[in-house]
Amino acid sequence: MSIDTIVFFILAATSIISAILVITRRSPIISVVYLVFNFIILAIIYLTLHAQFIAVIQVIVYAGAIMVLFLFVVMLLNLGKEEMLTEKITYKKRIAIGLAVVMSVQIIIGITTSFGEHPNQLSPLATQIGTVEHIGKVLFTQYLLPFEIASILLLAAIIGAVVLAKKRIG
Amino acid sequence: MEILISLIKILVVMLVLLTCVAYLVLVERRVSAFIQNRIGPNRVGYKGLLQPVADVLKLFIKEDIVPKLANKPLHRLAPIIAIVVSLSTIAVVPFGDKINLFGYEIKLQIASVNIGILYVLALTGLGVYGIAIAGWASNNKYSLLGGLRSCAQIISYELSMGISIIGVILVTSTLQLDKIVEFQHGWRWLILLQPIGFITFFVAIFAETNRLPFDLPEAEPELVGGYHTEYTGLKFGLFFLAEYANMITGSAIVVTLYLGGWQFPYLQSSGLPEFWTSIIQVGTFAAKVGAVLLFMVIIRWTVPRFRYDQLMDLGWKFMLPLSIANVIVTAFIIYLFE
Amino acid sequence: MLTDFGRVLLFFIIAGIFVTLGLVTAWIVRPKRPYPDKLTTYECGEDPVGSPWVKYNIRFYVVALIFLIFEVEILFLFPWALVYQDLGLFAFIEMVIFLVILFVGYAYVWVRGDLDWDRPEPDIPFITSLNKNNPDGTFR
Repeated sequence: MSIDTIVFFILAATSIISAILVITRRSPIISVVYLVFNFIILAIIYLTLHAQFIAVIQVIVYAGAIMVLFLFVVMLLNLGKEEMLTEKITYKKRIAIGLAVVMSVQIIIGITTSFGEHPNQLSPLATQIGTVEHIGKVLFTQYLLPFEIASILLLAAIIGAVVLAKKRIG
Repeated sequence: MEILISLIKILVVMLVLLTCVAYLVLVERRVSAFIQNRIGPNRVGYKGLLQPVADVLKLFIKEDIVPKLANKPLHRLAPIIAIVVSLSTIAVVPFGDKINLFGYEIKLQIASVNIGILYVLALTGLGVYGIAIAGWASNNKYSLLGGLRSCAQIISYELSMGISIIGVILVTSTLQLDKIVEFQHGWRWLILLQPIGFITFFVAIFAETNRLPFDLPEAEPELVGGYHTEYTGLKFGLFFLAEYANMITGSAIVVTLYLGGWQFPYLQSSGLPEFWTSIIQVGTFAAKVGAVLLFMVIIRWTVPRFRYDQLMDLGWKFMLPLSIANVIVTAFIIYLFE
Repeated sequence: MLTDFGRVLLFFIIAGIFVTLGLVTAWIVRPKRPYPDKLTTYECGEDPVGSPWVKYNIRFYVVALIFLIFEVEILFLFPWALVYQDLGLFAFIEMVIFLVILFVGYAYVWVRGDLDWDRPEPDIPFITSLNKNNPDGTFR
C-alpha cells in the first residue's frame, strides 16, 4: 500500500466515525462540533485529490458560514431538554431506511463495477483540474451561461430567504 | 533532511511567535499606562522586561475552575481550538525571501500553498468556533452572549474582508502570499495601488482580532469578559494568547498583502552580501509588523466600542458596497492599462 | 518528501502538541481545591438565576442567511480575479452582469430593512399636564 492509500483510509475512517457521532449525539451543539470536524476532514480528502478550490469552499462555506448558521439556530432555539428530541420509529422512517439500503447497494455496485484497471490511481490531468486558475479559466469561458444563471439562483435565494425567514410585524 | 528543515522552521517560528505574543502583552500594558498617564508594570526585571515570564508562570500555577454546570469536554476543547487556529495562520506567511545557512538554501516561509490567501480566509472563518463553543459550554449568561456576539460579528465583517482580498488578487494575479510579496518590489506596495481595499481590510482585521473598537464578544464592562468569564488559569491564558497571536498574524497578513511584506526598497541593487540582504529583509518584515501592532494597540486605548447595530451598519451598508465598488473600479483600471 | 499542504498539517500537529504539553504541565503543577461555592456559575456574586440556555432572538438568523449567500458570491469572484488579466474586457463585462444581478438582491434586502437592526419602538414616557383628570401627574 502506498502512503496515499494509508492516508486516505485514515481520513475516510475518521470522517465516517465523526459523521456517525453527528447523528447519535443527544446534544445538538456537540453534533454541530462533530459536523464541523467532519467537514474539515472532507476538505483534507479533497486536498489529497488535488481539488484545492473545492477544499477551500468546503471550509469557508460549509465549515465556516453554514455551520455558523447552524450554531445560531441551535443557540437561538435552545430546545432545552435534549430528551425531548428523541423520535419514535414511524412508517416514514421505515421507508427512509429501506431507501437508504437501496441507495447504498446501488453505490457499492456502481463503485465496484465502473472503475477500470487502476481504481486508485490519479490521472496526471487530475492534478491540474482542481486548481483555482483552471476553474476560473473554464468557468468564465466554457461554462459562462451556468455561471450567470447561478447569479439568478443566488438572487432568488436572497429574496426567498428574507421573505420566508422574517415576516415584518406591523 | 527536508522534513527536518521544515520541522526546525516550524519550531523556530512558533517559539518566536509565542515570545512575541508574551512581549506584545507587555507592550500593550506599557502603552496603555502611558496613554492613561500611569506607570504600568516596571518592577519585574529591568524596566519590567521579565513581566511576561512572571505572567506565564502565574497562569501555570493557578487553579483551574470549571463550573459544575458547564459542559466539560467542550469547555476544555474551546481554548485549544482558539489557540491552534490563531497560530496556524502564520504557516503561509513569508517572513523573508530565502537565506543560505550551513550550505542549505532555506525559504523563509513554512509552506507556500497555492491557495495561499484563501487558506487565511478559511482559517479566520474557523476562528469563531473557539469563542462560540466557549460561550456555550460555560453555561453562563455572559459567556453565551459573548459567543453569540462573536458569531454575529463575523457575519458582518467577513464579507468585506473577502472582497478586499479580491482587489489584491486582481492586481497581482496570484493567490500565493510569497508571489504577492514579490510583486511589491521597490515601491509597488499594494497600499498605494489599493488604498480603499487596504482600509476595508484593515478594519476587518480589527474586527477579526476582537479588539476595540470591535471587542463585542468580550466587552468587559457589559459582559465581564464575555466568552472567557468562566475560564481560569492556563485555559484563560490560552484565550489571551490566542487573541494576541491573532493580532500578530493579522498584522503580518496586512503587511504581506498591502505594505510590501519583507521588501525593502532598493536593497537588491545595493550590492550587499546575500546573507545580510536576507537578514535585513527579515528585519524589515518584523519592523513593519511591529509598526502595525503598535498602531493597533494605540487604537485600542483611544477609540470607544461600537454597538452591534453600528457594527452591522458599518459592515453591511458601508464597507460591503465600498469594497465591491473598489473591485469594479480596480478591474476597470486594469483593463484600461492593458 | 513533504508537499506544502503536508507542512501546514505538520504545523497544525506541532501546534496541537505544544498546547497539549502546556495544559498537561499546568495540570500537574496547579493546585486542585474545589468546593461547591467555587464551582457555581459566575453571575456577579449573586446565585445564578435560571439556565442561560434560553431562546434568543431570531434577528441574527436572517442576517446570517444573507451572509451565507454573499459568501458564495465572493467565492465566485476568487477564480475570476485570478484569471482576469488573461481574459480582459470579456471577463469584466460578465462579472459586472453577475454583480448587477446580485446587487438587485442586495438593494431589495436593504430597502426592505433587513440590514437594519430592528429594535422595538421605545415607549417614551411623558408627563401629561397636572390637571383634574390626572391629579398626580402619572406617567402615561
